[in-house]
Amino acid sequence: MGKTLFDKVWDSHVVKRIQDGPDQLYIDRHYCHEVTSPQAFDGLRKRGLKVFRPERTICSPDHNIPTKNQHLPIQDETSKIPVETLSKNAEEFGLTIFPLCDPRNGIIHVIGPEQGFTQPGMTIVCGDSHTSTHGAMGAIAFGIGTSEIEMVLATQCVLQPKPKSMRINIDGKLKSGVTSKDIALYIISKLGTGGATGYFVEYAGEAIRDLNMEQRMTLCNLSIEMGARGGIIAPDDVTFRYLKDKPNAPKGEEWEKVVEYWKTLPSDQDAVFDREETFYAGDIEPRITYGTNPGMGIGISEKIPFAPEETSSKTSYLKALDYMRFKEGESLEGEPVDYVFLGSCTNGRLEDFRAFASIVKGKKKAANITAWLVPGSQQVRKQIIEEGLDKILEDSGFELREPGCSACLAMNDDKVPEGKLCVSTSNRNFEGRQGPGARTILAGPLVAAATAITGVLTDPRKLMNHGKEI
Amino acid sequence: MEKKFNILRSTAVPLPIENVDTDQIIPARFLKSTTKDGFGKNLFRDWRYDSDNKPIKDFVLNNPVYKGSILVAGKNFGCGSSREHAAWAIADYGFKAVVSSFFADIHKNNELNNFVLPVVVSEKFLESLFESINKDPKTEITIDLPSQTITNEATGEKQQFEINPFKKECLLEGLDDIEYLLKNRKEIEKFETERAVKWN
Repeated sequence: MGKTLFDKVWDSHVVKRIQDGPDQLYIDRHYCHEVTSPQAFDGLRKRGLKVFRPERTICSPDHNIPTKNQHLPIQDETSKIPVETLSKNAEEFGLTIFPLCDPRNGIIHVIGPEQGFTQPGMTIVCGDSHTSTHGAMGAIAFGIGTSEIEMVLATQCVLQPKPKSMRINIDGKLKSGVTSKDIALYIISKLGTGGATGYFVEYAGEAIRDLNMEQRMTLCNLSIEMGARGGIIAPDDVTFRYLKDKPNAPKGEEWEKVVEYWKTLPSDQDAVFDREETFYAGDIEPRITYGTNPGMGIGISEKIPFAPEETSSKTSYLKALDYMRFKEGESLEGEPVDYVFLGSCTNGRLEDFRAFASIVKGKKKAANITAWLVPGSQQVRKQIIEEGLDKILEDSGFELREPGCSACLAMNDDKVPEGKLCVSTSNRNFEGRQGPGARTILAGPLVAAATAITGVLTDPRKLMNHGKEI
Repeated sequence: MEKKFNILRSTAVPLPIENVDTDQIIPARFLKSTTKDGFGKNLFRDWRYDSDNKPIKDFVLNNPVYKGSILVAGKNFGCGSSREHAAWAIADYGFKAVVSSFFADIHKNNELNNFVLPVVVSEKFLESLFESINKDPKTEITIDLPSQTITNEATGEKQQFEINPFKKECLLEGLDDIEYLLKNRKEIEKFETERAVKWN
């Protein structure tokens, strides 16, 4: 029987199979940010240990950093401490770090691929559930807790039971105005927020092959929102073109050799998955969420579904609608919106800013909208400026901020006030995620852009002309 | 943190809500501490206190009738962020076990790594637990790790639960995964030298 892509990568990293226990898995790359790591470094100090393989850990502060005036000291003392702690730990343990204002700084899941640290066939972990992003390059990448960070720092290994395998096929071609964010929100709403728990998902099919690298990252990023341990896409020419000449990608002869190896990674024809799901790209329209988990989503033209019959689910469902101040059977198109957030490890890449700019070009931001446009990294910001997208955005009344996680989880000053409604390109619409009492509608960059122009929740296709942006 | 788990008999705190995410267990703004201590006071912060920091009476942790070291929660408990702070908050508050019909993967691992036992029961068993506690908040639950059983002492209903034998041993003996791995460093070095493909 053939092997899946996931099997090939996983099995080649098993140091030891513990009888009746988890696998001891070797980790090629460990990404590290300031929120989940300090206690792991403390643990090393308490045990009198060094970092086992310091060259395999890359650090970047991202969650707590302000998105304005990064050249000045961080004003909020409680944010400043973890950011400085990361720098101190990186120095003490001899780790690579891209500190604030470094041209390579940014959200760890944005800089990993753009610096070429993320490569096909690798195992990658980070104390962050959206580590699944890196699966887009054909790597096994998943989030871990702080105890596990300590294990990786001390031994370059984690103990993990091997997840089951699932393949999700998206057949056919996407319609105009539909992005990979919409694919992800569509799948999550079909499977539910815990629907893929226990599985590692491979995305396949024509619509997936058609996606460029950054779009694939958006899709894999959201794998965790249906409970999956991670998402992975077979490496192909799109992957190789993206990675070639990246600062940390293999070069010359080594590149040629490794590409040959990467070409052996895709799932074999006769590989069998524990579960297989197929969806049709043509069924997907721009998506929005209406509740307080990413599984509570609908097509933008659809109405909010009625609560399920089952008592326990019904209570949770109505609690979510109550928080959002929405009603069963209601349509959200035309709903007045207060905030628009473009950014995060989900939609903070150049591709997303291009999409946003394509809609707002030549139009003006609605007066009722506060918009936060936050690039995922310094490099993304630089690319935006080099392409002149910043001018388009400025002319339309938008301001480009400095990079970071920002309003995705509001650990810095970018907090949506209580009761305000935000259309957000981030990954979670949990209660209070964007600030206490904040109400979040998740959507792709096109919906966010259209909404920022009209001031109400808007189907981006209404601002596009025959599939071409006006 | 108590680093062992064997048999626990206790009353329980019911939280019959589905898809409780780790942002609810411990909101992001409380993740700025660089130590593992003191997260219990902010457990379920935004359900527990209003914006003026006054306790919200309706929330179960503010109801003195419900006490105990077992949290019983709706399905898909701990979804979302990988923050181990959620497990630290649960442990620091005083919970030693969480019972649900379904757990999110990362959070489940985080609980185990902090010697909090996640117990997966059937939907029906969970429903009946909620009913018993609702009827009598003094209802006791027994969780027996050696025999891998959970008993609703009000009804006598008993169910087996699954746990990986390796993790079971760790919990019974109070062993960290990291201690196991550290003993294994020679094998890790051997693995590194033998790898067919070497990364830079």
